[in-house]
Amino acid sequence: MRIAKALPTLLFALLIGSCDNRSSVEQSTEEGIFVVGNSNEPKGLDPHLVSGVLESNIIGALFEGLAVQDPVKDGDALPGAATSWSSNEDFTVWTFNLQPEGKWSDGVPVTAHDFVFSYQRLLHPELPAKYSEMLYFIKNAEDYNKGKNPDPNSIGARAIDDHTLEITLRGPIPFLPEITKHYTWYPVPRHKVLEFGEIATPFTDWTDPGNMVSNGPFQLKSWRPTHHIEVERNPYYWDAKTVSLNGIRFLPIGNPYTESRMFLDGQLHMTYTLPPEMIPYAQEHIPNMLRQEAYVGVRFIRCNTLRKPLDSPLVRRALAIAIDQASLIDNVLQGGQLPATGITPPFGDYKPPAVVTYNPEEARQLLSQAGFPDGKGFPELKLLTNDKDSARRNAEAFQAMWKDNLNINVRIEQREWTTYLELQYTSDYDLADNGWIGDYLDPTTFLEMWSEGNGNNNTNWSSKEYEAKLHLAENTADPAERLRILAEGESILLEDIPVIPIFWYTTNYLLRPEVKGWSPLLLNNHPLKFVRLEATAEQP
Amino acid sequence: MLRIVFHRLLQTLVVVFALVSFTFVAVRLVPGNPFVSDKALPEHLKATAEKTFGLDGTWGEQYVIWWRSVLTKGDFGPSTSLFGRSVNEIIVQSFPTSLLLGLVAMTIALLIGIPSGVLAALRKNSMIDYGSMVFAMAGICIPGFVLGPLLQLWLARNSTFFNVAGWESPADILLPAITLGVGVAAYVARLTRGGMLDILSQDFIRTARAKGVPTFTILRRHALRPALLPTVTFLGPAFAAIITGSFVVETIFMVPGMGQHFVTAVTSKDYFLLQAMVLFYGLLIGGANFLVDVAQAAMNPRLRDAN
Repeated sequence: MRIAKALPTLLFALLIGSCDNRSSVEQSTEEGIFVVGNSNEPKGLDPHLVSGVLESNIIGALFEGLAVQDPVKDGDALPGAATSWSSNEDFTVWTFNLQPEGKWSDGVPVTAHDFVFSYQRLLHPELPAKYSEMLYFIKNAEDYNKGKNPDPNSIGARAIDDHTLEITLRGPIPFLPEITKHYTWYPVPRHKVLEFGEIATPFTDWTDPGNMVSNGPFQLKSWRPTHHIEVERNPYYWDAKTVSLNGIRFLPIGNPYTESRMFLDGQLHMTYTLPPEMIPYAQEHIPNMLRQEAYVGVRFIRCNTLRKPLDSPLVRRALAIAIDQASLIDNVLQGGQLPATGITPPFGDYKPPAVVTYNPEEARQLLSQAGFPDGKGFPELKLLTNDKDSARRNAEAFQAMWKDNLNINVRIEQREWTTYLELQYTSDYDLADNGWIGDYLDPTTFLEMWSEGNGNNNTNWSSKEYEAKLHLAENTADPAERLRILAEGESILLEDIPVIPIFWYTTNYLLRPEVKGWSPLLLNNHPLKFVRLEATAEQP
Repeated sequence: MLRIVFHRLLQTLVVVFALVSFTFVAVRLVPGNPFVSDKALPEHLKATAEKTFGLDGTWGEQYVIWWRSVLTKGDFGPSTSLFGRSVNEIIVQSFPTSLLLGLVAMTIALLIGIPSGVLAALRKNSMIDYGSMVFAMAGICIPGFVLGPLLQLWLARNSTFFNVAGWESPADILLPAITLGVGVAAYVARLTRGGMLDILSQDFIRTARAKGVPTFTILRRHALRPALLPTVTFLGPAFAAIITGSFVVETIFMVPGMGQHFVTAVTSKDYFLLQAMVLFYGLLIGGANFLVDVAQAAMNPRLRDAN
């Protein structure tokens, strides 16, 4: 009976809802709300506990580091929570002068003590923080994090006064301001974190709407799990006059096809991604909204160098140069990626050594030298990959190229995400297709992982010579000299080739023309305070 | 009768208990753990995380602690994949959405299924019959992941009334509900047709016809109720299946329901969430089947006596 009574109301609501002829994104443009697809439900919003890209998109709107990414120029740092900074001559001690007007979104001042607290928290041995490694640049940080030194005050981060932060590093780092743009270096509100628990109590309610305060251009407005997260302007933000948007709505759209359809239906300003099959359609129909931009990331195939015949560098090299990267990009990926001639993508002043290029003839010779002429006697290898369709397509391409060029058989093993990762961490694989996205614009973000004992190496490969180069670079203050040493290190890695570079990433996504102040950035870390919405006549 | 009820209830509970226990072991046997991610977690921090979530004990300890917490406090534990949120919170937030979607889908299924089944039976071997049965076959064969995107492209892209996906306006419930409901409507149509054909050939209908009772009255007063019995039997489990099996539809239409948690709980190895989901869904499906069994026993003396 109740349903029968409610029916007219429901119908009326449907009718009213359908009266407005504008698409929802046009209404949002008028309201100044930027509506973006954000892939999935974030695991959380505590900058110290998450490690994903989709979380960092939201955290980047809420919080601000010492330096802020320039909206146009990669590698340039603008004043953020700090107005200015300076270092000693060898870049080992840095002083940051904080914004005198810097406030949390509840009006409480942001002080150097908040930063010190944050670094002590992220490094706390009892906080399950996946990304604590990002602070290991700071003196004594690693020892404290690993429990070797119990004194949090031994960490090289010190508040000289409320607005002066001094950071002492373990070695010279000329690009420290670049690193402070990463969310692991953001401050968390000491007063709020401690209100809901101890310093190292994880997963408390301080990040819930109503509790959470932040120091960035926006503050958390609402969070309905698996529905949306919305942020609104932070009235206490020191640079509030620059902020143009009234808010940002992040939608956890897990299905990329649904996401593109929503975009074309006028429900989104921007998608998180664009499936490869949709790229030709977008190129033809909405070229003005398709964005294909370089992104500091590399796709590679790990080789388990403990397993025969992958213990032979000749075999690994043969496998590497038997892959026709350009063909893979043109025919399978279709996203404008670049063939990876090395591990580190090209950016800034770094000149990566170009060692890996497609050469099937040489590949056959190398395989023959390794004792497998025309692939004879070569055991069947397994190629581990994840359960995504795109991963399967790539793996099938590698499989076919190896068969055609080397006459060897490789079996594809698809495993769901966590199993796929665990098999690599435990070295229970032959070949594994994987990728890596840089955290900051410096080659070390791609090179340190291949050092001995690094949890992300997983190839069982190590080289004293390689480590020596990394160590030397870490203690070299001259920026140009440092990059040259790193390039030499990368050459050693690529000669031995425990990991086969495939392609350098691009991001492919759709962006409506109403969105202004949005330029391609290699780290895809767009400072949202500079983004504007202006109505235009262009429609998808 | 009471004995049957008790017996069936016990069976249901045993099945659900076994199901949850099996899940408990199976999910822990799969390689991987709740804390694995694309960035390596150092051993000492993994130990910290395990301790935080009470996963540092033996499997036996974890099993006992979890059941004790469920049975005494109704607490399913914390989610390991959605930080800071309890499993209870996740179920309470998402179940009403799935339930609402299920109810609307069911209503659509009945509104389409019963009339087309009745019509097909009345006009047996006519174009109407063939037409509705082809529709039914199509409804059964076309999966949600095909129908959903087709509806998005055909209906939503061409109208301002429907959104492609989302859960904002009341109209947003219609496309996912149709996608979910069409498959059920197809079954309902076939069952109704079968039941109706069976009843229409019976003597008491012929008598009514001979007396000159109009067809509509025959249907309404005499035929419909007995003809729908097989359909009603099917509806209980079908409703449970609609609510639990809506993962695909929820993903396609971005519905903030429970189905997606079930799947992400498996892929992210969220032990507590998965155990709770299996328990919850188990109880739901078990409960629906239990109700059907009891209803059948109550309606059918032969079945009752056999027990």
